[in-house]
Amino acid sequence: MKNLLMFLKKNTMLVVLILVYLFFMVMTGGSILKPLNFNALITQNAYVYILAAGMLMCMLTGGNIDLSCGSFVCLVGAVGGVMMVIKGMNTGLSIALMLILGIAYGCGLGYLIAYVHIPPWIATLAGYLAFRGLGTSILSANSKTGSIAPLPEDFLKIFSGKVWQTKMSVFNWPCMTVGIVAAVITVAVLFLNRQSRIRKGYDADSMSTTLVKSVVSAAAILFVMYKLSRAGGIPTVLIWVVAVVLIYSFITSKTQVGRQFYVVGGNIEAARMSGVNTRWVMFLAYLNMAVLTVVSAWTVMARFQAANSTAGTNFEMDAISACVVGGVSASGGSGSVIGMVIGATLIGVINLGMSLMGIDANYQKVVKGVVLLGAVVFDILSKKRKG
Amino acid sequence: MAKILLEMKNITKTFPGVKALDNVNLQVEEGEIHALVGENGAGKSTLMNVLSGIYPYGTYTGDIIYDGEVCKFSHIKDSEHKGIVIIHQELALVPEMTIGENMYLGNERGHKFAIDWNTTYAEADKYLRMVGLEESSKVQVKTIGTGKQQLVEIAKALAKKARLLILDEPTSSLNEEDSKALLDLMLGFKKQGMTMIIISHKLNEVAYVADKITVIRDGTTIETIDNHGQEPVSEERIIKGMVGREMTNRFPKREGVKVGDVQLEVENWTVHHPLYPERKVVDNVSIKVRKGEVVGIYGLMGAGRTELAMSIFGQSYGANISGSLKIDGKPVRLRKSIADAIRHKIAYVTEDRKGNGLVLSQSIRVNTSLANLDQISNHKVIDEDKEHAVAEEYREKLKIKTPGVEQLVGNLSGGNQQKVLLAKWMFAGPDIMILDEPTRGIDVGAKYEIYCIINDLAAAGKSVIMISSELPEVLGMSDRIYIMNASKVIGEMKASEATQENIMAAILKSGRGE
Repeated sequence: MKNLLMFLKKNTMLVVLILVYLFFMVMTGGSILKPLNFNALITQNAYVYILAAGMLMCMLTGGNIDLSCGSFVCLVGAVGGVMMVIKGMNTGLSIALMLILGIAYGCGLGYLIAYVHIPPWIATLAGYLAFRGLGTSILSANSKTGSIAPLPEDFLKIFSGKVWQTKMSVFNWPCMTVGIVAAVITVAVLFLNRQSRIRKGYDADSMSTTLVKSVVSAAAILFVMYKLSRAGGIPTVLIWVVAVVLIYSFITSKTQVGRQFYVVGGNIEAARMSGVNTRWVMFLAYLNMAVLTVVSAWTVMARFQAANSTAGTNFEMDAISACVVGGVSASGGSGSVIGMVIGATLIGVINLGMSLMGIDANYQKVVKGVVLLGAVVFDILSKKRKG
Repeated sequence: MAKILLEMKNITKTFPGVKALDNVNLQVEEGEIHALVGENGAGKSTLMNVLSGIYPYGTYTGDIIYDGEVCKFSHIKDSEHKGIVIIHQELALVPEMTIGENMYLGNERGHKFAIDWNTTYAEADKYLRMVGLEESSKVQVKTIGTGKQQLVEIAKALAKKARLLILDEPTSSLNEEDSKALLDLMLGFKKQGMTMIIISHKLNEVAYVADKITVIRDGTTIETIDNHGQEPVSEERIIKGMVGREMTNRFPKREGVKVGDVQLEVENWTVHHPLYPERKVVDNVSIKVRKGEVVGIYGLMGAGRTELAMSIFGQSYGANISGSLKIDGKPVRLRKSIADAIRHKIAYVTEDRKGNGLVLSQSIRVNTSLANLDQISNHKVIDEDKEHAVAEEYREKLKIKTPGVEQLVGNLSGGNQQKVLLAKWMFAGPDIMILDEPTRGIDVGAKYEIYCIINDLAAAGKSVIMISSELPEVLGMSDRIYIMNASKVIGEMKASEATQENIMAAILKSGRGE
């Protein structure tokens, strides 16, 4: 029981997420539970997870942020739209060129921040302004409506739509099978980790904690996949999100480079004096951010099946909010991918729930602002108590 | 017997789980300098925080009787109002503001909303002269040195009409000259009737300046030593009270260590200041270290010791570095990379463990492995089990007192932090270890343990360079001593020939030579 309480204390945001979800379940009369809304939760928020993974890496290095990513989504969309629709270029080539655009921007930005020591928020503020203007002008030069559509089928297939799609009325067994396999793997990993820690004589979670963790995560996976099975199948974009989440979980928790992000954020001088190439870490943070911004731009283009001048508006704020609500320190050095995922999901659920309740969009912003502030206040207070 | 100005009676203060002060009694006479000594965590600062109202009345038990009346301070302003002013160890000046603005920060001259700058600066100047500063109060604090900043702090205290001045480690960041000046200033104030309490680790200073010395250990007052005799109280006498036993030998003997071949040879090493390239911070220095040897580098602060060490360590400091570096007799190409220095098996254990030594927000485990991640990784993927085992190994070897290696370094005491820093560099597997002020700000017991570690390093055939501004430490630990002054090495002595007197004489002689 004590262990369970400890677990809850450590995972407060997860508890909050569940409570908020239950709240909206009651308030929306259960409509948030509808399979279609699950689908919407994932497809509407996919970009947040992808951008927030990049933002997390930037914030780890010392609370640095990237304000330009939303506008860069717009620019990448505009360039891609022109290439694929107006010029009729090959989709694969266009994707590669968009990626190269991202890498070029990332290198330039990373160089300015890491080697010229331009404060990140200023360097990216410039991008925030310029890319929106550039993207919009490219779009309006090529289209009367300021929007380029329709994007080619093969592009849409990679970033949107469903895997093994079936009709809504039919239960999608492939989707459910994937869910069952994923749940089994998750539980197995949890237990095997515990076993190995015990065998090596380290502190391990108690049996009951591991059980709770297993049940909660398996139930969550099965629940989501069951709902998706009744909404036509796995959204393609979910695969991208899961891949990003898994890759960045691995990088942050297991690799040397991930460790270096944390120590640079914890004490950049100590990191430097220990042989960490701190400039290279800063450079990587922003290069990585630009690459993930391109990925997120692809998913957004595919979702709207068009390149829009409004695409990416406020995305940077969504990514920062997801990180902060997910417990990523605003001064750097601490935070996790799983925390970010919970933060992003919480914001997504709040958005969806309020929309379903028919709350005015302006009030939605108020609520989100309060949630963001509340999360930081909570974070700081709980740290104070510990210290 | 003079009047008792301050009496603290049976003060007990508990923090959740810890009794920080247990029935502490302290009597301070009017017009004396009273020293508080004790190991880190003994409760000195807690006691002063109780006195100044930082821990308000009601959060502790016992009485504070000041100037004949029982005081119930609930805020630092209350105690300042009575003339009790505390100067904290870390300087609390705003570098970008002028001296005058700093002195009257929160205590502004003038009335209502308007600050009367003429009065401010005139009064500030008056107090600056009292502490012997010639600077105008209109210059920015960042333009004057640390020693002068400390004097500004004192002037600031005087401006608050202090009757009882509390100085917490006032000389910890000062060089010997500035320290001496500060202590003499205190003696001057004493003549004018000021009462002072000084907290210090530097026992020679305490013996020099204090009339009475109260020893605190584990939250209780052990004894008050009178220092009015002909001879100042011996450091050994004070240490005995602090650690509760006779420390017969402050420096452990290094026995049976064979000094081998020359491992590191630095020749004609010159380093320029990174911001003022015309200034040489290290001037044509040549030193060498042998395997198994402990070489002390002694010099006052600003002599260029740290600059020398950091410039050798992957050129982590300085510009236009010239000279040659040989390791094991082979010339090493100079590169501006710390990783490169680590590859050449050089380690630099910084003097500033919080500033550029440790990541306080991370665990002991993460800090221990930081300089040698490859050792615990497979293809750049960290093996946390290996890492954990390494951290545990060093925790045991260096006797780091902690519940576990997952503990955050920020929660450890200074001595234990220093050990984690040493663990990091020992794990990096260097042949040449440069220790910069390895015992700064840590207590006597932990110092002894650090000395033992240094001896073990030498015994393992490492070349150790120990930079220190504590002369007894340099004399007690080194095989050979280089003396630095004004960016140059001005002397080299065998430990057997070196004495406090001839080292100081060498420095004075070189100073005159300029």
